[in-house]
Amino acid sequence: MRHMTIINKFILSAVAASVLFITTAQAGDIVNVYSARKEALIKPLLDEFSAITGIKVNLITGKADALLKRLQVEGSATPADLFITVDAGRLHRAKEAGVLKPVSLPVLENSIPQALRDSDGYWYGLTLRARPIIYAKDRVSINELSNYEALAEAQWDGRICLRSSQAVYNQSLVAATIDAIGAEATQDWMEGMVDNLAKPPSGGDTDQLKAVAAGVCDVTIVNTYYLARLINSSKPADQAVASKLAVFWPNQQGPGAIGRGAHFNVSGAGFTKYGKHPEQAQALLEYLASAPAQAWYAKINNEYPVVAGVEISQALKGFGDYKMDPIDLEILGQNNRQAVQLMDRAGWK
Amino acid sequence: MFRRHGLSVFAVVIAAFILLPVIVIASYALQADGELWQHLFDTVLNEYLVNSLLLLLGVGAGVLVLGVPTAWLTSMCSFPGRRWLSWALLLPLAMPAYIIAYTYTGLLDFAGPVQTWIRDLTGLGYGDYWFFEIRSLGGAIVMMSLVLYPYVYLMARAAFLEQSVSSIEVGCSLGYSRWRAMWSLALPMARPAIIAGLSLALMETLADYGTVQYFGVSTFTTGIFRTFYGYGDTAAAAQLAASLLAFVMLLVLLERYSRRRARYHSAAESRARADLIPLMGSKAVLAVVLCLAPLMFGFIIPATQLLFWAVFEAEPLGWDFVNLAWNSFSLAFLAAIVAVTLAIILSYAKRTNPIKPVRTVIAMAGFGYALPGTIIAIGVLIPLAWADHSLIALFERFGWDSPGLFLSGSLVALLFAYTVRFLAVALGSVQSGLEKIKPSLDHAGRSMGHGPLAILRKIHVPLMRTSILTAVLIVFVDVLKELPATLILRPFNFNTMAVRAYELASDERLVDAAPASIMIVLVGLIPVLMLHASITRRRPH
Repeated sequence: MRHMTIINKFILSAVAASVLFITTAQAGDIVNVYSARKEALIKPLLDEFSAITGIKVNLITGKADALLKRLQVEGSATPADLFITVDAGRLHRAKEAGVLKPVSLPVLENSIPQALRDSDGYWYGLTLRARPIIYAKDRVSINELSNYEALAEAQWDGRICLRSSQAVYNQSLVAATIDAIGAEATQDWMEGMVDNLAKPPSGGDTDQLKAVAAGVCDVTIVNTYYLARLINSSKPADQAVASKLAVFWPNQQGPGAIGRGAHFNVSGAGFTKYGKHPEQAQALLEYLASAPAQAWYAKINNEYPVVAGVEISQALKGFGDYKMDPIDLEILGQNNRQAVQLMDRAGWK
Repeated sequence: MFRRHGLSVFAVVIAAFILLPVIVIASYALQADGELWQHLFDTVLNEYLVNSLLLLLGVGAGVLVLGVPTAWLTSMCSFPGRRWLSWALLLPLAMPAYIIAYTYTGLLDFAGPVQTWIRDLTGLGYGDYWFFEIRSLGGAIVMMSLVLYPYVYLMARAAFLEQSVSSIEVGCSLGYSRWRAMWSLALPMARPAIIAGLSLALMETLADYGTVQYFGVSTFTTGIFRTFYGYGDTAAAAQLAASLLAFVMLLVLLERYSRRRARYHSAAESRARADLIPLMGSKAVLAVVLCLAPLMFGFIIPATQLLFWAVFEAEPLGWDFVNLAWNSFSLAFLAAIVAVTLAIILSYAKRTNPIKPVRTVIAMAGFGYALPGTIIAIGVLIPLAWADHSLIALFERFGWDSPGLFLSGSLVALLFAYTVRFLAVALGSVQSGLEKIKPSLDHAGRSMGHGPLAILRKIHVPLMRTSILTAVLIVFVDVLKELPATLILRPFNFNTMAVRAYELASDERLVDAAPASIMIVLVGLIPVLMLHASITRRRPH
């Protein structure tokens, strides 16, 4: 019993000591990052950056809105210098919340197209993600497919799988559609699609792909990197799923909104308003937009680079070229709330 | 007299601190804009309500069916395998609900091995045959029942074991059969414990987000997140969370009502070795099957699948897993100590001075258990950041260096959040331990001139060591499994096993999440097994 208490005391003091060590350093050659990109999809780049520059990167990952809330609550005392997140709607929301500051970076303004960054310099897109239609090669003829809107037609009854409307990628797709065809038509479109669902929405993008491959449904709408990941997987089961699927780029031709191009989104980053290490943060952001980092994204997570001249993965090449919807990405953020309301009304769970 | 009131005041202050995040959330709720609320009311609120209620009913029935008979069989009857089954039945407690949900989906989904095998065997296609749809309300009920029943099992078994054999024997000598004695004596006597376990399981069910979200079941909790994430509206999300509290109060009232005026002090001073009811033949087989089923489905099958993924298919864990394990372990341990210490102080204050304000505040201090971790995290973040800002302003006035986010940016925030979230668990166990100690012992202590704290230290704590240990171990396992609050509040470069598992799983790499998941389960097993040892020791064999 006595030993027990000694051990307990030891553990307790060790733990207490570790609490004291884990306070955030505020000085020195460091940069503090809040990231909604998962650790596995950002840490290797940060490590590389540290190796090159000698700047230490401290990282917290989490869900975008939770990190945003944390930034808001921490206010002027926040240790964060850089806020990295996926989805333009979230970047816009961070700008609106007043936690970011505008920074003009000539290097990035030259390399990143204007549509993929905030016009005032509040945030810069770092990777591109496309969300086209994926179909089962053996059950869908390419002539059946044309655009997102057509998925509401009766011929697709019981043939569609969709991820839940909780997914921000779907919310942004709807936000873009509202901009293209108006709220009323968007709601009609969603009601039609919901009627055509083979099963209630559940699971992630990969689950939708597996469902299409397994014959639960014939088409779905997902981000391309999930399919590319299955193609590149070393597991035969994943490859078997991928081999049954193909990408269709919707809304490529036609007049006006119909020919606007496929929906895409960005992941990106912005400087926090009260960051204490602006120079280091700038160095990091410029690194993330540099050719080697962009090539890493393309290779490891099969995202499209935002800068020209960077090699993309074989899987992405296989999906072919496509026309992107030239929508101003800020609109995704502005329309987000309305999008979620319409999804509620249309019964998209 | 003064010291007695001093303790009450102290307890009320502690309870108020713990209630602070809940109050912050409630005050947010008052600012909600009516337009969004109206929209939710018109469209989805009804579904949230119905699904949450069905989930509660389903899991409630599930944990009782799985927990009570197994507790009875392993504590009162003898059959082959009883000894190891009695501890093995606790194992699902180490399995987080979201992880068992991922695992079974991988197994039973349309694209999973089981259904693919059926299709290959029969040549049927999708829709040609019926198969249980795992991603459904029913699926969520089954998953949660499988991992939450140990709460009921644990409490019920402890109660059965503590029941003095003599009361059952008296029943028998009065002409009751063994089974009749169970229904009319043992079960009613164990009712407070069973209901305590049930309400823990139900509160955990209400707070669950991972499982229902993954299965696409819209409940109050997913609604809160949808409002918070989708609409970016903290106030409306808080309002939904406040409605969730109404459910909780209902549960608390239910527990109160079930106790009413009854007293449950055990009279047995010396206990005779229990004569277990021997089961033979088909009865013994039935008992083994009944006890084996929850163990198989709640632990062995999912753990085997996870192990298979972890060993053969996943990317192996790097060396940083040592770091992850240490972070998880130390955090859970610290949180357990903090929560249980506070629970002892609160329960004891209530015992020494059971006036209404004290009782009410202490009962409310446990509400956090039914709130989703994210909501609690925000409720914790706001007051702590405010305190930090005041501190920084103070330092500046004296011309000192800024202390930075001393509270909200450190582990203090996490420990605070865990305490708010899991105090109910600690309170439940400690209070029931305290209740079993007869008040006459307090009187005796006082007549010897001891103050309340001395009585607590010298008499109560030693007598309820088992209950305290139980509380520590359950909070430990709960913190180990906790995810959402950890995710939001953790400091820089601080990861736990649950965070790692979540990040990979939410990136749709379920198989790669398996090594971290199995680690959570393995580390969780240690306290679960200790738990068993501590309970069994109560009755000499």
